Amino acid sequence: MPVRMRTALVPFATLPLAACAGRQSVLDPQGLQSSQILHTIFIFLTVAAAVWIAVVVVLGVSLLRRKRPADQPLALHQPFERTSGRVIFVLGLATLVVVLGLSIVSYAGQRTIFAKDENALTLKIIGHQWWWEVRYEADSPHRSFVTANEIRVPTGQPVKVELESADVIHSFWVPSLTGKMDLITGQKNELQFTAKNAGVYRGQCAEFCGLQHANMAFAVLALPPDEFGRWRDHENQSANSPTDQLGKQGEALFRARGCALCHNISGTLAGGQLGPDLTHIGSRTTIAAGTLPNTPATLAAWIADPQHIKPGNLMPKMPLQSGELIAILHYLEQLK
Amino acid sequence: MSIAAEPREIRDDVLNGLQLSTQLERVWRTPSGWTGALTSVDHKVVGRRYIVTAFAFLLLGGILAILMRVQLAGPEKTFLSADKYNQIFTMHGSTMMFLFAVPVMEAFAVYLVPLMVGTRNIAFPRLNAFSYWMFLFGGCFLWISFALNVGPDVGWFAYVPLSSLQYTPTKRPDVWAQMITFTEVAALAVAVEIIVTVFKLRAPGMTLDRIPLFVWAMLITAFLVMFAMPSVMVASTSLILDRLVNTRFYDSSSGGHPLLWQHLFWFFGHPEVYIIFIPGTGMVSAILATFARRPVVGYPVVILSLIATGFLSFGLWVHHMFVTGLPQLGAGLFTASSMLIAVPSGLQIFCWLATLWDGRPVYRTPLLFVIGFIVIFVLGGLSGVMVASVPIDTQVHDTYFVVAHFHYVLIGGAVFPLIGAVYYWFPKITGRMLSESLGRWNFWLAFIGFNVAFFPMHILGLIGMPRRVYTYTANMDWAHLNLLSSGGALVFALSFALLLVNVIYSLRKGELAGDNPWSASTLEWATSSPPPPQNFDRIPVVKHRDPLWADSMSLPVVAGLSAERREVLLTSLAEAEPQIREASPEPSIWPLLTAIATTVFFIGSIFTPWAVLWGTPPMAVALIGWFWPTGSREDEE
Repeated sequence: MPVRMRTALVPFATLPLAACAGRQSVLDPQGLQSSQILHTIFIFLTVAAAVWIAVVVVLGVSLLRRKRPADQPLALHQPFERTSGRVIFVLGLATLVVVLGLSIVSYAGQRTIFAKDENALTLKIIGHQWWWEVRYEADSPHRSFVTANEIRVPTGQPVKVELESADVIHSFWVPSLTGKMDLITGQKNELQFTAKNAGVYRGQCAEFCGLQHANMAFAVLALPPDEFGRWRDHENQSANSPTDQLGKQGEALFRARGCALCHNISGTLAGGQLGPDLTHIGSRTTIAAGTLPNTPATLAAWIADPQHIKPGNLMPKMPLQSGELIAILHYLEQLK
Repeated sequence: MSIAAEPREIRDDVLNGLQLSTQLERVWRTPSGWTGALTSVDHKVVGRRYIVTAFAFLLLGGILAILMRVQLAGPEKTFLSADKYNQIFTMHGSTMMFLFAVPVMEAFAVYLVPLMVGTRNIAFPRLNAFSYWMFLFGGCFLWISFALNVGPDVGWFAYVPLSSLQYTPTKRPDVWAQMITFTEVAALAVAVEIIVTVFKLRAPGMTLDRIPLFVWAMLITAFLVMFAMPSVMVASTSLILDRLVNTRFYDSSSGGHPLLWQHLFWFFGHPEVYIIFIPGTGMVSAILATFARRPVVGYPVVILSLIATGFLSFGLWVHHMFVTGLPQLGAGLFTASSMLIAVPSGLQIFCWLATLWDGRPVYRTPLLFVIGFIVIFVLGGLSGVMVASVPIDTQVHDTYFVVAHFHYVLIGGAVFPLIGAVYYWFPKITGRMLSESLGRWNFWLAFIGFNVAFFPMHILGLIGMPRRVYTYTANMDWAHLNLLSSGGALVFALSFALLLVNVIYSLRKGELAGDNPWSASTLEWATSSPPPPQNFDRIPVVKHRDPLWADSMSLPVVAGLSAERREVLLTSLAEAEPQIREASPEPSIWPLLTAIATTVFFIGSIFTPWAVLWGTPPMAVALIGWFWPTGSREDEE
């Protein structure tokens, strides 16, 4: 009974929306590009702080200094008028020199962070309202696979992401690794970054993309190269076949209850293309684009009522009996 | 008809002071009652309405800001739904930019520029009335839509394809786009009036180098409006066409492109910032001269800086698009052009600092707000230099760092001078002073509240918080700074409540102001407070840049204008030599009727293209009524 089901899920529904941890800070650079940018930021910040303090000090002194006694406002002191004219001219020139200098610093930084490496590992990211499709494409189709909302990359190796959008404009931003780049409808953008250290780096859509813009996160998992290689080999394989009766029942229900119309699970008859690929859903750390950690409880809550957790997303609430939900959940958990 | 055959009219030179005052007041006054309210073409009546309406929208936009700050005060709050939040941040931005910041600056220009250049009314007074009605109707249209849950929810920038019919199949983006049309019509009308007023209606002797800095600022702003606004009208009209009649301007699958929208929008959007900021600098210059008790240092430097700012402001729109994948060298050049604007802005700051250095500051509330302006605006300008850099922008773009930056620039650069201007010109407009002790509280609450609300946002942006998110999770470490910011926002809001209390209290109980309570130097202080309908009994002659300081006893005047009908004196553009007497229009109901017809046309046309067909004839009728010859001298000339 759907009604009873919902009651049973109340504890899940009130789960805090605690999503994947992971660093997401410009001030905590873990990539070559983000370190370079932070360097540029510090140069600018130093100049800006110096100028601001100088202005406030001059302002303070000009308010506090001892003045000539009040007289006619037009009785101007000629030497002051001449000197101030010269000082303003010199300061104007100094401003010009400073901004030209900063422009050069900026352009140097820009060249570094946008430098291209032809040997980069290439992957394609397609933005959807409100999740990320991640395609690892290789020359041979057997080496290509698709995942969602989670990007694994090797440390120390340049990664090139090709950015496209399936609907509206999104923006790919992993501040701990590099600056952002938009995913624009009808246009192909690209961005390169290199993770220096292994770790989990959180990213988030940075261009307003509609109702659930706030819940469009993802994670970049930087792995040591050999570990990355193992993961990649594993992802290339089709989904695990369910081993037990409940799992088999779940696989059948996945098709019978309509899940397969939108979701793909490689190696099975589920071939939908609208929603995220679920071939290895069981091994991902989060669900619903970084909205929830991936645990049996949260996954059950999500399948039972996705609209409660992320209102307006395209996954409808399916009328599932609690037994059916448990079977589907059991099946998905096995898709490691 | 020979000149001799004309009946001899009464000119101002045959009447003595009291007779002339009474006679001119009879000729220029707005009729009382409802008729007067709906037909007035007096720039002071329209200007006052404009100011009050713009502040009403500030209040509404401010309430929205507080709602957002409540929602963001802690992680995962459910005070607002995602849908409400998205409507609210869109409404906040659109209201503050289109219904408050630009109109309030134009409102001050409408009220003050004719007084400061020494004339009796603004150029094209009926167009001025029309402009106000369009602004009012456009603003009400947006807010009534919001009340009916059709408030726009695609951001004040309404990027396509999100705002296209495919992704937002409601009427919400249409409401936004058409509100733009309303306010742009209003803004363009005022721009034309200001330019003509400054060029042709200046008092004799007010040569170009004797125009007050505030008037210069408004003149340059008016030119910016004329060149920037058409771009966004093209953009929003194309958007409505895409949505209504299936054109494909922005549809990449049919040869259009979403980036076209961004170029058109920011080609307007960046000058827009200066359309708000340059009037602020004019207010600063006016207040500073009066309270530092000396003319602003470097008058030509300030004017040339404003003109340079105006030109440069059209060459840096691309810095809003650094992460859209533009060619890198091109983007780098826009970094340089964006930073270049620091030079004219810096020069102005240096001139103001020099003025304070040499001046003998009188610490009244307007000056406090100007000092606050310098402290806040310089910080905002410097963070602007940071966001102008491509590599830095790739990190901070669309984060709270940018939110902090532009609130420092816009609130620091425009709202602080504006509140100073309210305290400064309130006595002129109402005849009563605002309370000075409440004014000090107002300033300190605003200054502290503002910085506590917005400074933490710089850090929030750097630690990864993007803009326009209705919620965030607890493990993001953003909660404390957001709570601090929300607290500051409440204090900041309190300062505006105090301003409102001060205004209401002082309107009744405030100390009487007299003509020139601050011993200021410009012409608006040469007439009574509030000014009579004719502004000046006799048109002053200007012999000095600071006429009231140079001739503190009595101003020289010109004579010869009609005392029987509304007449203004036209002068030459550069030297302000008297040229001819020109009739100035009487009150009329037609601007209001034209505005109503235009409103029906505009609103109808977001529902059906046929509105273009049936909406035009009423407008034509109203315009024919507007320009129907009445046999007055104005028509015969």
